[in-house]
Amino acid sequence: MKALLQVVTSSVGKKILMGVSGVLLVAFITVHMLGNLQIFLGEHALNGYAHFLKISPELLWGFRLAMLGIVAVHVLVALALTLENRGARPVAYAREKSAASYASRTMIVGGLVVVVFAIYHLLHFTAHTTNPEFDTLLDAGGQPDVYRMVLEGFSNGWVSLFYVLGVALLSWHLSHGVSSMCQSLGLRNRRSAWLIDRAAVGFALVVFAGMAAVPAAVYFKLIA
Amino acid sequence: MNVKLKVWRQASGQQSGGFEEYEAKELNPNMSFLEMLDEVNEELIQAGKEPITFEHDCREGICGSCSLMIGGEPHGPEYRVASCQTYMRSFKDGDVITIEPFRSKAFPVLKDLVVDRSAFDRIIQAGGFISVSTGSAPDANSIPVPKVSADLSMDAAACIGCGACVASCKNGAAMLFASAKAAHLNLLPQGQAEKDRRVLAIVETMDAQGFGSCSNTYACESACPKGITVDFIAKLNRDYALASVRTKLLGAAA
Repeated sequence: MKALLQVVTSSVGKKILMGVSGVLLVAFITVHMLGNLQIFLGEHALNGYAHFLKISPELLWGFRLAMLGIVAVHVLVALALTLENRGARPVAYAREKSAASYASRTMIVGGLVVVVFAIYHLLHFTAHTTNPEFDTLLDAGGQPDVYRMVLEGFSNGWVSLFYVLGVALLSWHLSHGVSSMCQSLGLRNRRSAWLIDRAAVGFALVVFAGMAAVPAAVYFKLIA
Repeated sequence: MNVKLKVWRQASGQQSGGFEEYEAKELNPNMSFLEMLDEVNEELIQAGKEPITFEHDCREGICGSCSLMIGGEPHGPEYRVASCQTYMRSFKDGDVITIEPFRSKAFPVLKDLVVDRSAFDRIIQAGGFISVSTGSAPDANSIPVPKVSADLSMDAAACIGCGACVASCKNGAAMLFASAKAAHLNLLPQGQAEKDRRVLAIVETMDAQGFGSCSNTYACESACPKGITVDFIAKLNRDYALASVRTKLLGAAA
């Protein structure tokens, strides 16, 4: 236990924690996006998928707790690293030109805003705290009507805009994050860097397009 | 050519410092940056003032002593050169050039532009060696070294320990330096026996010095006068993970 603690509290150990939790979050985002896109297959597909996800309360809550744990590790380790890293340069430069990309230098700020967005997103579509009327939306089979919930949820232009901005920020975070997690896990080198860096930006763009497609389709009345 | 300098002056680590302005006049554009500072110092000495203290030794880009933050970039604007091989022709007539020491918690300022980089020495002491039983010299070529390993190891060994990676990193991290030192020996057959112990000791010692950690911005790679690549940082991460599993978690002898 002591040995494990030593490893995960070291600088490289914390990077590895960020990388592993990052991989799991990327997997979650991918599945989440594919789930969302089922709205384009119609009401039955989306509602059926939503119902399938909630078949077993034990699995559902096990999964939710695991996700909470992964997010907690990713955020808390990032905060710890940020504080340590700020402390490593007590006197700032008067003049500094950085060769580092803007995305790579704004991971913590962008990441924390994504967390705030995710909390709102859960209160909106999962807990229905912001919209209690979603509880009463049922389909013909008496199951929660997720299809109509999404349509009504995005009928407000401001909500949609906030959602698109949140997703844009998430993509910005991923454009550096996906490449960064490969580096932290020791999987990136000169030969693979070209592909990994482009795949990271490509994945970020796909996530943006896939996630923003839903509110966009509702706003432009492509689905009703 | 003439330039204006804004130079960090600090009498000692215990005292606070600040910028002072100097004018360097009638310079030959083919002077090195350090020769320009020599000229400025000559004038300061003639005027009975304290000259600007800066570190230098070989002045041919190989010792890693010169460590100046020139115009916001470690070793100045040119790619893959140390401060001593930065020439005045890289600047324009009338430029205002800010000169600062390398800034890091682990590199305390000793005087003016000189910082104490012994933190790097402590990292080397922790793992930058191969233990050998001394005795009669071994036969040449008794240990075959694959060409690819030899080349990569030499790439890592090109590190001169100047600290530009730490200076350029927004986190003041020493990962490029530490990873080059670990990879240099870990890539060779002679370094295998102590590979796990070396990686763990280097990372532990690096952390204890007060350096930050890597957030993969790769600013270090573009600042490095010797072209050390961040591939070595990925290798350090990989080697550290494997060494941790083998020795700390499974309990193999380090």
